[in-house]
Amino acid sequence: MPGKTSKARSAAAIDWPAAIHRALKSQRVRQVCYVPDAGHKRLIELCHADKNMAVVPLTSEEEGIGLAAGAWLGGKRAVLLMQSSGVGNCANALTLAANCKFPLLMLITMRGEEGELNPWQIPMGQATPETLRLGGVRAFRLDRAADALATVGAAARFAFDDCAAVAVTIAQRLIGIKSFLEKP
Amino acid sequence: MSAGLHRREVVKALLEDRGDLLVVAGLGSAAWDCTAAGDHPLTFPLWGAMGSACMIGLGLALAQPERRVLVVTGDGEMLMGLGSLATIGAQRPGNLAVVVLDNERYGETGMQKTHTAYGTDLAAVAGACGFADSRIVRRNAGIAAVRSGIHRGRGPLFFQVKVKRDSLPLVLPPRDGAHLKHRFREALLGKEAAAR
Repeated sequence: MPGKTSKARSAAAIDWPAAIHRALKSQRVRQVCYVPDAGHKRLIELCHADKNMAVVPLTSEEEGIGLAAGAWLGGKRAVLLMQSSGVGNCANALTLAANCKFPLLMLITMRGEEGELNPWQIPMGQATPETLRLGGVRAFRLDRAADALATVGAAARFAFDDCAAVAVTIAQRLIGIKSFLEKP
Repeated sequence: MSAGLHRREVVKALLEDRGDLLVVAGLGSAAWDCTAAGDHPLTFPLWGAMGSACMIGLGLALAQPERRVLVVTGDGEMLMGLGSLATIGAQRPGNLAVVVLDNERYGETGMQKTHTAYGTDLAAVAGACGFADSRIVRRNAGIAAVRSGIHRGRGPLFFQVKVKRDSLPLVLPPRDGAHLKHRFREALLGKEAAAR
């Protein structure tokens, strides 16, 4: 993973996407669905390469909430990967978590935080914590690459042991800032 | 009386002697139709989350590849989750069938026209998304083929069944979502596994 700043290099040294992948494996997550984000690129590739994971690209984030509910009905665990811009799309589908107590694990890469260069990403990014709270989703924050394994593991246990809706929001400075100068 | 098949009769015919079929019913009339055919622990009826029925069906079909999964929903519910047809088309689960009971109306909100009344061809959308077979069914004679597709066909299959625009007595499933989830898992996975 090419790092352009010292921060990006130290994150790459820890390889937090691989740590998240390990956390998902140890929690027996078998379905991985996503609307892509550059910050999830490596994790998505790791999941596609994993024969024990069914990987489902979505056209919109709320589809993942339905998929996760169906997986649980069938006795399997799912995770939903997205960027913060997609959180608002999930609002009505979250009734599946609220009414039925379906477990839901969402890993959300943040946009609209410090250093964001696209102002159109800021409103939804800034509204993400409150949107999750209003939707009944418990949020964990991941700021440091070294915490990825523990934080995602803890969030997964919350979700699957307590049949709760849980999100991990992954700090934009952990992922790096999209520069618009070159292709990722 | 409008043209089309009787939705309750269609659903009754599809769910009769259902074997170990797993069913997801979209909110509104489709859920009432499935309940009228007989409340069943392996039917998961929705009371909300409009647009989610097909995705719940996909998650279930991927989790249970040895079982047949049927989604029964309405045209309005299907239109809200149109993207899920592309998502299913990309996965091509062989054990999934979708039946849309298409009365070309939003039946729960005052019988406003849906987009199928203005010409949207849902079966063509499903076909273009990569469903193995997708078709419009207008006659009772076509229902036997739908039934055999659901139980034996190579999916994903999509059947858009044109039904009458009649308002039928409500036959309501249990309202408690956690109960509906739990009884489904218990019937499918067994008591012990469902509690885990």
